[in-house]
Amino acid sequence: MMSGLFTKALLAAVALAASLSVAGAQDKGLENPRSTAFHTSLKDKKVVFVPLSMGFDLTEGWAAQMRKQADRLGYSFDIRDPAWSTDAGTKAIQSLITEKPDLMVIHNPDIQSYARLLKQAQAAGIKIVQINLESNTTTDSYVGADWTEIGRKAAEAIVEKCDAGKGVSTKVAIDTGVPTAASDVFQLDGIYKVLNEHPDIQVVSQQATEYNPEKARSIMSTVLQQHGDLCGAIGIWDNQDTGTASAIKEAGKSDQVFLVTSGGGNQVGCENVKNGLFNLYISYNVPLQGDLLNQEIVRLLLSDGTAGEVQTMYFNPLTMITKNNVNQRNCWTLDELK
Amino acid sequence: MSAAEQQTGARGPTIRERLLQSQEGIVFLLAVVAFLAFSILLPSFLSSGNLLVLVRSVSILGILALGMALVVIARGIDVSMIAVMVVSVSWAFVITRAGYPFELALLIGASFAMLAGIMIGTLIAFGEVPPIFATLAAGSVIYGTGRTFFFTLEMQNVPPDTEWFRLIGQGNVFGIPVTVVAFALLCVVVQLVLRRTRFGWMTYAMGNNPNTARVSGLPTRPMIVAQYASTALIAYVAGLILASSAAAINARLFNSTMIYDILLVVVLGGIGLNGGHGSVRNVILGTVFVGILLNGMTIMNIDYTIQNLVKGVVLLLAIVVDSLVNPRDEQTSQQGDL
Repeated sequence: MMSGLFTKALLAAVALAASLSVAGAQDKGLENPRSTAFHTSLKDKKVVFVPLSMGFDLTEGWAAQMRKQADRLGYSFDIRDPAWSTDAGTKAIQSLITEKPDLMVIHNPDIQSYARLLKQAQAAGIKIVQINLESNTTTDSYVGADWTEIGRKAAEAIVEKCDAGKGVSTKVAIDTGVPTAASDVFQLDGIYKVLNEHPDIQVVSQQATEYNPEKARSIMSTVLQQHGDLCGAIGIWDNQDTGTASAIKEAGKSDQVFLVTSGGGNQVGCENVKNGLFNLYISYNVPLQGDLLNQEIVRLLLSDGTAGEVQTMYFNPLTMITKNNVNQRNCWTLDELK
Repeated sequence: MSAAEQQTGARGPTIRERLLQSQEGIVFLLAVVAFLAFSILLPSFLSSGNLLVLVRSVSILGILALGMALVVIARGIDVSMIAVMVVSVSWAFVITRAGYPFELALLIGASFAMLAGIMIGTLIAFGEVPPIFATLAAGSVIYGTGRTFFFTLEMQNVPPDTEWFRLIGQGNVFGIPVTVVAFALLCVVVQLVLRRTRFGWMTYAMGNNPNTARVSGLPTRPMIVAQYASTALIAYVAGLILASSAAAINARLFNSTMIYDILLVVVLGGIGLNGGHGSVRNVILGTVFVGILLNGMTIMNIDYTIQNLVKGVVLLLAIVVDSLVNPRDEQTSQQGDL
């Protein structure tokens, strides 16, 4: 009897101790082996960004976000800035192929220039993410705007305002940037795909501004002289279209000419929507692109696959910014990203 | 034939000969032909509105060309003008956005431009570096300094709450754009300086024969410094007007073909690159001719690449004619000149 009681007490004590020790372990949490691996396996990795050029909202925004993540996870992040020179960019990539970083983020000046180099780099085992401007070579990943979609959306907005019987006329002007960039060729394709379905719309001018706001201004003022009844204008980039807009404002035709432009959604572009210079601002949302880029970088760095083995791409959603939704959520400043 | 006509006929070549034998005359004829052709072929080319747009669109180019003419007449060249322009103006805007009074910021910008000009002049005058190399290098240094220390973003919008500043580029005086008025005023000032002051006479003397000028006791070194400082200041003024009219300035202009457009105006107008001759009249002629070409091509909606081709061919022709009309000889050619 006694011994039975003793055994029971002993068993109870053991059970209590066991349950206490489990509780103790839960107090201090459980080690997540995946977290440890995530943070340690990225150390010593090397990521290099080759932008078109630093010094403008898009590249500065992406770089700020990529650097922030590199600091958080402990991999190295460098920028090789070719300062708008395709030649310098080519040389930078060539020397990177011999340096062999783990991953390159490439911003293409046009669809041809880097195409062969990107193939070589992947063959050499360097993983490649292309950002916002595509090349003809598909690589491990592309993150960015679908320029055709932007062109289509811009043209649809214009058709809405300027198709026969809707606006003051059916005349439309297009301001392009530099004729060979992916942003130009694909966007024009999108624009014309829509416009061709609306034969009443006439494109009275299609001129290249070289992304220069003053040139955009003088082209638009010449066009407005010739076609005082211009109904709409599509600009290819917000940075240049500040000039387009100021020509329209100067001619006193802000209410008549519907101006659509696109850009990264930074505060400067948003200011122009607020003060009525841009009627529709199609934003490809740099902070979002930065987040997507960061996700792709980590995914590829952690993956055991070889460079170029699996090719993915993601066209990020666009934000249509008008006077009604210019707000903190849709617009950003560089300082916020840093 | 009146007595006066007989006198001119006896004194020198007839008007027809003068037109065909000087480059200035040939360009003048070309300008007239282009003007007539566009007037007949293009509807509303001849409207007063379009003519104002035409002159206005090249006024800034004209102002920059005035600055360039000043150094070219003295047998120099300044290819750093765009760098000085974009960096000093962008910096002034950045300083304003950092909270300083706009007027003070503009003064700081002007001082920076002056300082840059003085340093370039010193390099050429005292370091005896050929102007083309000195200014080519200085341009990169100034631009690099600006991008590294003064501003991150290439695109700088005009700071808010500066309404009076916008008037410079967007306002009118008696129906004439302020930009055009500014160009006209600067033309008068530069003309007076060149023709009526000792500074002007010495400039021509230095351009004609630098060695003789030095031997005759002209202060050629301080003169060179003063010339480059004036050119830098003119570049700054042009930059302010440009920024005001497009509501923004893009530092990327440094990478554009703008500096060649300035040279195009100067050379087309008939100011020989070997110095010593030419005047404000030539700058006006060159500016107007380029204006007619650009305006006409924009109205005709000519492709970007073809526009560049036309500009290039015209410049090439002008240089060929220049070397035929102003042949080099032992007196005019010199080691290190252009």
